[in-house]
Amino acid sequence: MQATATQTNPIISFKHVNKIYDNGTVGLKDINFDIPRGQFLVVVGLSGAGKSTLLRTINRMHEITSGEVLVDNESVSDYKGKALRHLRRQIGMIFQNFNLVKRATVEKNVLSGLVGYYPTWRCVLGLFTPHDRKRAFQALDRVSLTKKLFSRADELSGGQQQRVAIARALMQDPKIMLADEPIASLDPRTTKAVMDTLKRLNREDGITVIVNLHSVELAREYADRIVGLRSGELVYDEPIDQVTEAGLNQIYQTKPEA
Amino acid sequence: MSTPEIPQRPWRQRYHVSAIAWTVTIVVLLILSSMATGANFGMFLANINQFTVLLVQMSHPAWAYLSVIIQPLYETIQMAILGTTIGAAFAIPFSLLAASNLVGNQVLRNLIRLFLDLVRTLPDLLLAAIFVAVFGIGSTAGVITLAIFSFGMVSKLFYEVIETIDMGPLEAMKSVGASKVTIIWYAVLPQILNQFVSYFLYTLEINVRASTVLGYLGAGGIGVYLQRSLDQFNYSATAVIILATLVVVMVIDGVSNHLRRVLL
Ligand SMILES: Nc1ncnc2c1ncn2[C@@H]1O[C@H](COP(=O)(O)OP(=O)(O)OP(=O)(O)O)[C@@H](O)[C@H]1O
Ligand SMILES: [Mg+2]
Repeated sequence: MQATATQTNPIISFKHVNKIYDNGTVGLKDINFDIPRGQFLVVVGLSGAGKSTLLRTINRMHEITSGEVLVDNESVSDYKGKALRHLRRQIGMIFQNFNLVKRATVEKNVLSGLVGYYPTWRCVLGLFTPHDRKRAFQALDRVSLTKKLFSRADELSGGQQQRVAIARALMQDPKIMLADEPIASLDPRTTKAVMDTLKRLNREDGITVIVNLHSVELAREYADRIVGLRSGELVYDEPIDQVTEAGLNQIYQTKPEA
Repeated sequence: MSTPEIPQRPWRQRYHVSAIAWTVTIVVLLILSSMATGANFGMFLANINQFTVLLVQMSHPAWAYLSVIIQPLYETIQMAILGTTIGAAFAIPFSLLAASNLVGNQVLRNLIRLFLDLVRTLPDLLLAAIFVAVFGIGSTAGVITLAIFSFGMVSKLFYEVIETIDMGPLEAMKSVGASKVTIIWYAVLPQILNQFVSYFLYTLEINVRASTVLGYLGAGGIGVYLQRSLDQFNYSATAVIILATLVVVMVIDGVSNHLRRVLL
């Protein structure tokens, strides 16, 4: 039952995706898999395995060399200009370094998640509707940071900054949330707060979440499914109830097991 | 072997070959160029008593002259502010196009940089002479000269600032589907604004000083009066002009230094 749903209506599909960087480094090698709507997917693998590359092909922050990436059954490779911006605005992305504008207020950072929905001149003049300002406040409320609305972003701790980044992504009203090692620079408690927030968005709003993680323990705790990359290849793909210690260890081997 | 061996320095480093070579080259060049241009330290010493004559006269400033030069001093400051502002305004789009982290198109970037380099090689005195010839004696020529001079200088300072910004916020803005202009407005400008203002003030300081000299060529402001007093051997008036200019420059430097410290 679930298997058919997966096959008929994936929100993202990779079809024979290859990525070779300009300098000849192989980023991704013949990636093939589907991500069903509403899944919490965790991608693991050694440093340099291609996790960031994989994530960035979905919203075209990286171009692929061959193959196809489908979002909502549509190939994203040919999108240009406006179509590309429309693809990106429905995909939230959060980063290891938060990537907030440090000198701007929290409110402005959160509102900046909306700029894909506004004409450029309104963005430049900062003409957001009262309705959207209210949404910004609500988005901050979801990450429990309403008190910081008018603080400058660089006055916040790392965990708080990451939650502002999540609020910013929420403003996009995303179908998909991409998170590239969102907790790599956070302590264990803040890590939990951030991961819980992502899980909540996944469960309550039905947002498909794809997270790159270095920690296998966290992956097992939060994921519905874990995929593993090694040297740009998909070497592991199991639903969470099939995940075993031995299987995970195999991802981190430098050579495939004989 | 348990203890690692300390790697040997290459002999070029051990005997400071390049440092010594550079020193020798520079000394030789200095001697050669002073011979070629006929610069003569003896002549400087021989004429020093003429300088003392001038100094003696200048030590009796004609303070009454002050009321005459208030207006041209004011004009000098206005010229500097206007020229710097126009130059900096034009510098912003050019510096964005010249920054390697914003513009991937290498041909465009190099063309812009070549243009900026050309502008910077134009000496301001030459520009002033040309514009005085075109627009006649007056502050228009001065403002245009200062604008072009500031444009060349500020563009380079600006694009070097842009090249040091954190690219993270740009990546984030790109990922939310922002247009190019929006990315610059939201992710680039907030990171560079303070340094831009700081460099603007720094250029303004230089321009206040420069505009006194430009006036000497007829480009308006206090320099016109400086030239007149020197031509008439009216050194006591010259002294007042120099002192007043000094005070103005010091005040502007002080204000701008203070503002820049607050900003950074
Ligand atoms: N812009 C680039 N140009 C050339 N090679 C790159 C570029 N970005 C990444 N690579 C290479 O592609 C491979 C995959 O990189 P990627 O960043 O996707 O790995 P990762 O799994 O995210 O690693 P990490 O856990 O360290 O973030 C690496 O070998 C990396 O060196
Ligand atoms: Mg990575």
